[in-house]
Amino acid sequence: MAAGNPFAIALELILERDPVLLGIVGLSLQVSLTAVAIAALLGLPLGAAIALFRFPGRGIAVAGLNALMGLPPVVAGLMVYLLLSRAGPLGSWGLLFTPTAMVIAQTLLVLPIIAALSRQVVEDLWEEYREQLQSLGSSRLRAIPTLLWDARFSLVTGVLAGFGRASAEVGAVLIVGGNIDGVTRVMTTAIALETSRGDLPLALALGIVLLLLVMLVNATAYLIGEQAKRRLG
Amino acid sequence: MLKNPGRSRFRRTLGCLVLAAGLLSATIALAGKPHITLASTTSTEQSGLFHHIIPTFTEATGIEVRVVAVGTGQAFAMARAGDADALLVHDTTGEKRFIEDGYGIERREVMYNDFVIIGPSGDPAGIADAESAIDAMQRIAEAEAAFASRGDDSGTHRAELRLWQEAGVEPGSRWYRELGSGMGATLNTAAAMDAYLLSDRASWLGFRNRQELVLLFEGDEVLFNAYGSVLIDPERHPHLKHDLAGKWHDWLVSEVGQTAISEYRIDGEQVFLPY
Repeated sequence: MAAGNPFAIALELILERDPVLLGIVGLSLQVSLTAVAIAALLGLPLGAAIALFRFPGRGIAVAGLNALMGLPPVVAGLMVYLLLSRAGPLGSWGLLFTPTAMVIAQTLLVLPIIAALSRQVVEDLWEEYREQLQSLGSSRLRAIPTLLWDARFSLVTGVLAGFGRASAEVGAVLIVGGNIDGVTRVMTTAIALETSRGDLPLALALGIVLLLLVMLVNATAYLIGEQAKRRLG
Repeated sequence: MLKNPGRSRFRRTLGCLVLAAGLLSATIALAGKPHITLASTTSTEQSGLFHHIIPTFTEATGIEVRVVAVGTGQAFAMARAGDADALLVHDTTGEKRFIEDGYGIERREVMYNDFVIIGPSGDPAGIADAESAIDAMQRIAEAEAAFASRGDDSGTHRAELRLWQEAGVEPGSRWYRELGSGMGATLNTAAAMDAYLLSDRASWLGFRNRQELVLLFEGDEVLFNAYGSVLIDPERHPHLKHDLAGKWHDWLVSEVGQTAISEYRIDGEQVFLPY
């Protein structure tokens, strides 16, 4: 497998359904999807709350959230590493070098993206429907689910952006996961490993498989969205 | 557009999200066999040695070995912090200090191979016929030929710095490029810029992107590269799996373990020699 066309190798990897590769693909999806689900659960209401409520330091919160979208994965990984290391405050949980640690690190990376985009979308929508909602006697708190639901198609893009960041990053999962064969090895860390072994065609082939995977997730989300829109008429 | 049914559908969606997150994290939490975390070097992992010997060990004992491959400096740091159950590195001086500092209780020599000096096939510094490794390093410095250094406080980096010191060369000029990377990344970079470098033999043999690089100098005693296993002090880190780590430590130097190590080949060449 050392020499050859990366596209041919990628095709071969997919057709062979190599169990090692399937395990790596499965773990990649599991870790990133879990991180995105948790980040969406926390980030969507958080963004909406920042959009609707006025509180001291709100400007700083908005700017901070936007800035955190650029948090380097390596830094996020290092922070989680220091937190979960036995020498760190949460060391007794024994989570370092487990998929759970990878989920925590990726959640940290995805949360700002989802929250910041949710804030923007909900804020725009609130401007539009403010009077209508207030005339119905709806409080700001009770407006949050209504607005989130109404903005769901726009918010999906934010969630998918978060998934893109999670599935593409290598810095954080490498540090907190340790790239352990069969335990914490995901697509991106496997690509980094094959690159460092000088097996560039295989590394590129894995990259192609990862791209196809991300496209598959995005296409699925798109189709579900289209179908839902059509049903609503 | 703003309909009330939205509320209940929102709740349902929320419920689905919670359920999905819960299910996904639950499957992740399921841990398997008894296992230890081994802090080791990139050279052993990338050479493929662990792929060869760990299944044999796991079959015999039922213990899974999870390898975190980092530079030797970081491996020591991991072990000191209590994040690794076992340690297998190649820095004899560092290993002894680790024990003296009270972090380890026993060190055993597991295997050895050697460092080799790699460079572009044109060999601009003419090191192929150098009399010794020190001489080769001096020739590189005199020719001011590009040299790629790991620069990451790994075992190989430490060995390289010792060679420069003995050669009486203060590296740091323009020709000396400190990469701060692992062995593989350093080999890739050196291949791209036709630079000399010091590599352990295992990484070199397993490396697939050589381009113009060839092995130019080998066989000097000072290039000896010994790998040692260190038992971590149970009193300092009582939470670690010392029983299981002890079995691994003993197995490595047992007859079965030593045979497994000596049987490992890359392209027909033996990579690690047992003691």
